[in-house]
Amino acid sequence: MKTNANFMNHVYGWLLLLPAAVFLLAFTHYPTVATLVQSLFSEGTAIRPSVFVGLENYQMLAEDDIFWKVLGNNMWYALGTIPTSIGLAVLMAVWVNRRLPARGLVRMAYFTPTILPMIAVANIWLFFYTPQIGLFDQIGAAVGLPSQNWLGDPDLVLSCLIVMTIWKEAGFFMIFYLAALQSLPEELNEAAYLEGAGRWYVFRRITWPLLMPTTLFVSINAVINSFKMVDHLFILTKGGPNNASSLLLYYIFEVAFSFFDESYAATLTVVLLALLALAAVGQFLFLEKRIHYR
Amino acid sequence: MSARRQFSLGGCLEVSAAWMLAVLWISPLLYAFWAGFHPPQFATRFELFAPLTFANFAVVWDQAPFVQYFINTFTLVTSILAVQFVLCTLAAYAFARFEFWGKDVAFALVLVQLMIMPEVLIVENYTIMSKLGYVDTIAGIGLPYMASAFGIFLLRQSFKIIPKELDDAARIEGCSLMQILWKVYIPLSRSTYLAYGLVSVSYHWNNFLWPLVITNSVETRPLTVGLAIFGAPESGVDWSLISAATLLSVAPLLIAFLLFQRQFVQSFMHAGIK
Repeated sequence: MKTNANFMNHVYGWLLLLPAAVFLLAFTHYPTVATLVQSLFSEGTAIRPSVFVGLENYQMLAEDDIFWKVLGNNMWYALGTIPTSIGLAVLMAVWVNRRLPARGLVRMAYFTPTILPMIAVANIWLFFYTPQIGLFDQIGAAVGLPSQNWLGDPDLVLSCLIVMTIWKEAGFFMIFYLAALQSLPEELNEAAYLEGAGRWYVFRRITWPLLMPTTLFVSINAVINSFKMVDHLFILTKGGPNNASSLLLYYIFEVAFSFFDESYAATLTVVLLALLALAAVGQFLFLEKRIHYR
Repeated sequence: MSARRQFSLGGCLEVSAAWMLAVLWISPLLYAFWAGFHPPQFATRFELFAPLTFANFAVVWDQAPFVQYFINTFTLVTSILAVQFVLCTLAAYAFARFEFWGKDVAFALVLVQLMIMPEVLIVENYTIMSKLGYVDTIAGIGLPYMASAFGIFLLRQSFKIIPKELDDAARIEGCSLMQILWKVYIPLSRSTYLAYGLVSVSYHWNNFLWPLVITNSVETRPLTVGLAIFGAPESGVDWSLISAATLLSVAPLLIAFLLFQRQFVQSFMHAGIK
C-alpha cells in the first residue's frame, strides 16, 4: 500500500508537470539544440540542399568584421548601462526609502519608464536626438553649443542608446533595492549612528554589503537585458550608421530575416547563448564570495 | 536626532536632488503629452499658452487600424495569461508538493528558460512555427511564452511556504489532489498570482521583437508592432502624430499603473525578491 502511494506520487508529479514540460521542450530546449545543430550545416537553397560543414560557419564568423563590431558594441552597451543604472537605482531607492516630501510622486516618476514599451520610449527619444529641432540641440543652442547629429555620428550613437537605456532601466532596478532596504533591520542603522558613524560610512560598510544578494539578482537581469533588448534599434538607428549601434541580437535578426541566412544566424545565436550562460555562471561565482556576510 | 538630520543643509540638498532627478525622469513622458495634445507647429516650440487639441489623436485613429491592434494585443495578453496560470500552477504544484523521479533535473531544465528567453531563439522558433502553420497568428506569438519558468518558480516558492498541515487537513477531509490545489494552494497564493499577472501583462503588452518576426498582417499585429510601423520615417516624421500614437498605445497600461501604483510596485517587488 505504502509503495503504491509512493509510486502514484511519481506519476502525479510527472502528470502535473507534463503540460508545461511539453511547451518548454518544444519552444526552449528543442530550438536550443536545433540551433546548435544548424550552426554545423550549410544554408540550403532550392538547388543546393543543406549539408554538414562542421565548423565552417564558425570560421566565417571569426572572419566576419561585422560580427566583431557588433559584439564589441554589445560589450560597451552592457558596460555603459549596467553599472550606471545600478548606481542610480541604489541612489533612487535610498532617497525614496527616507522621509521625503511627496515621496509617492517621486517614486512614481522614477518607476514610470519601466512600464513603457521600448518602442514607445524610442519614439519619444528619437525626437530628443533629432538634429536642429530636437530637444538636446535646442538646449545646446540655448547655451551656445553647435548642433550634433546625435544618432548619425558613429562615435556618439552608442552613447545615446546607453543614456536612453539607463533612463528606462534604473527605476526598474530601484524597486528591488527598495524592497531590500525595507527588509533591513532599522536597529542596525540606529546603532551605527549612535556610535557616531557618518551616513556614507554606514552605507559603505553596512548597507551596501547587505544589499549584495539584490545586486547579484539585478546584475544578472541587467546583463540578460543588455543582450536581449534591441527593440529601440528598429526605431532609432536600424543598427547604423555603418553598424556603429548594432547589437548582437539585432544582427541575428538581420542575418535571418533580411539576408535569409538561417545557418549563419544560428551560428550567431550559439554565441549569444554562450554569452548568456557565461554571464550567469560568471556573475554567480564572482558575487557569491562577497555575499556571505552573516 | 532624526529631526536634526532632516532639517540640516545636507538634508535639504538631498531632497532637492531627489526632486530634480524625479523631474528629469518624468520629463520625456511629459514631453510626449505636450506634443500629443498641441497642434504640430508647437511640437518643437514650448509656449505656455499654446492651444490644446485632440486633433492629433483623431488623425492617428484614422490613419492606422489602432482598434484592430488594440483587439490583437488584448487577445494576446489575456490568452497568454490564462494559459500561463494553468500551466505554471500545475507545474509549481508538482515541484512544491510531490517527490518524483528526476525532479531536480526537471527543475534545472525549467530554470534554463530564465536565461534563454524566447526572444533569443527567434530564428529557430520561426522555423518551428512555420512547420506548425502558426506564422502570422496570435497563437504563434503566444506559444513560446505559455510555459513560463518565471511563473513556475514564483508559484513554487509561494506554494512551498504554505504549511503542510493545511494540506494534510484537507486530505483528511477527503479532498482529492486537485481539490487541495484549488481550495488550499491557489487561494492562499492570491498575492503571487496578482504579482505575476501584472508582470506578465506588462511584459506582453510591451513585447516587440518576436511579434514583429512572426506577424505580417493587420489582423495579428499587436500594438507595439503597429506603432513601430506607424512611426517609420517613410510616413514622414510628424512629432505630434507620433506622440499621439505613442500615448494611445501606452495609455491602458499607464492608466492602470497610475490608478494601482501601489499594487504595481509591490507586485514587481514581490516578483523580484523571491
